Amino acid sequence: MTAETLLYLEGVSVSFDGFKALNNLNLDVGTNEMRAIIGPNGAGKTTMMDVITGKTKPDEGRVSFRENALTSMDEVAIAEIGIGRKFQKPTVFESHTVWDNLELAMKAKRSTFASLHWKLTAGQRDTIQNTLERISLVPSSQNFAGNLSHGQKQWLEIGMLLMQEPELLLVDEPVAGMTDAETEKTAALLRDIAKTSAVVVVEHDMDFIRALDVRVTVLHEGSVLAEGRLDAVQNNQRVIDVYLGR
Amino acid sequence: MITKSLMPSLGRAGFIFLAVLAVVGIAVPTSNLFTSTDSFMHVPDYAVTLGGKYLCYALLALSVDLVWGYCGILSLGHGAFFALGGYAMGMYMMRQIGARGVYGNAELPDFMVFLNWKVLPWYWHGFEYFPFAVLMIVLAPGILAFVFGWFAFRSRVTGVYLSIITQAMTYALLLAFFRNDMGFGGNNGLTDFKDILGFSVQAAGTRATLFMLSALALALCFIVARAIVNSKFGKIIIGIRDAESRTRFLGYRVEHYKLFIFVISAIMAGVAGALYVPQVGIINPSEFAPSNSIEAVIWTAFGGRGTLWGAALGAIVINAVKSYLTGALPNAWLFVLGGLAVVVTIYMPKGLAGFFAGWSRLPTKSKLPSSLAEAAE
Repeated sequence: MTAETLLYLEGVSVSFDGFKALNNLNLDVGTNEMRAIIGPNGAGKTTMMDVITGKTKPDEGRVSFRENALTSMDEVAIAEIGIGRKFQKPTVFESHTVWDNLELAMKAKRSTFASLHWKLTAGQRDTIQNTLERISLVPSSQNFAGNLSHGQKQWLEIGMLLMQEPELLLVDEPVAGMTDAETEKTAALLRDIAKTSAVVVVEHDMDFIRALDVRVTVLHEGSVLAEGRLDAVQNNQRVIDVYLGR
Repeated sequence: MITKSLMPSLGRAGFIFLAVLAVVGIAVPTSNLFTSTDSFMHVPDYAVTLGGKYLCYALLALSVDLVWGYCGILSLGHGAFFALGGYAMGMYMMRQIGARGVYGNAELPDFMVFLNWKVLPWYWHGFEYFPFAVLMIVLAPGILAFVFGWFAFRSRVTGVYLSIITQAMTYALLLAFFRNDMGFGGNNGLTDFKDILGFSVQAAGTRATLFMLSALALALCFIVARAIVNSKFGKIIIGIRDAESRTRFLGYRVEHYKLFIFVISAIMAGVAGALYVPQVGIINPSEFAPSNSIEAVIWTAFGGRGTLWGAALGAIVINAVKSYLTGALPNAWLFVLGGLAVVVTIYMPKGLAGFFAGWSRLPTKSKLPSSLAEAAE
């Protein structure tokens, strides 16, 4: 554990009706690090994200983000200290415009009364405009998010994470259902984001992981099977047996 | 200037709605009071009272739309808030009767004398003062909604489970208010009202004023509701309706947002009930009946969820049809209501409001994706 560790999971276990979704999981992610998580279905990737974001409470173990113990906080408190999450299925506000989606995600006071009196400043307008450019949705800014293509919804959701200005982004399957061109663009976008925040990406697409060119953690049956550069991991016999070989 | 700043938040349809409401709110009482009974312009007394009743129902529907249409909280217990507002007003008017009751007891309402009660229960004190009654009209539904919502939303009870417990809430109140020892008149409720603020409730002038006040309350609540749903707060509750977990992971305390809108909505329903009671002359436990709350939901769906004015229109249209049919074809009414619920669900998912929007090509939410309808279920 180095001095710049941002997220730290130690001995985390979660079971659902006797099924061990996470089994003594250990993981640490550094400040501004991008980490890819791979593993077969049921390896515990999404459960791990649920634990970090407070959706699921672990039965055992410690989860910390800087000096905060995440296990004693709820989803909202965890979002407030700077952890943003993109869901596996793209989840945006379909009946709001792309612009409104970003505006709602923008870092600001979240209380009911602050929302009643909210007025967008010129600086905040620029921030939204910048994000629209980063996620290539400028022309769709006034379209309803529900009318976007699947890939565009993925980008919008990533854009919403950016508006939260989190220190850590958890990104669950960002390129599922994307074309090759879109996948490439997404990889570039995430690499760009990783310059300023830590990013944890869960993905199945090996070409995409290769394009990210980052440290990879392989999960299997709720714990870490292997960790390292993609090449090394891909040549690991146990990884080939349980995951890649199939 | 004021119109200019209000226009964008009201929308074209909302502006038309308010204009029509203003015309009706002034024209109907004026015509009733100042034209002769044989003039073709004359609105008869019974129509004024009936119309005032519809306006109260419209306000109830608006309050249902605020939580259901915008925040996805399908309350099947809003009739309870309506009834509580009504009881608060009823208690004030009971105290105004004084010694003019059947038993001539200046201290106790008739039903208490009948039950052999000797002293006024503590919770009846204060209701002889109108401002106190007004306070209770707001507080009784507001506090019930706050306490109920606090537990329900914190425990993340959503969807059909929430609907069921709202139904249970109003049913529990129905049973409680039926009991004589509750001190609210039991089965018979509160009735035999004489006057309100010194004006006879039977007088044409009082009736016309109550009609006007009902229209005014509807208009004000409409403007407040519009301002809320057009603010960022409104966009957030729509977000909660469509993707609750997304909203939560963005860092919004979903339960606070739900609680706020639920309490505001309950207060509006209470005001509607308070205006309703002097116009119909009675409040009894049947106002808590679950079927009343369900009817209010049908009005809202028929008029069009998520527009506010549509819900109000739906309440007025359905109740006008009801008044006509229960007189003309008493046996057919329930079939018509059931049929309407089916037809609206299948053929008019956006209700009357959607029909008008398509017909006059208003720039409303016609571009909405069809998935929204499912998401809002």
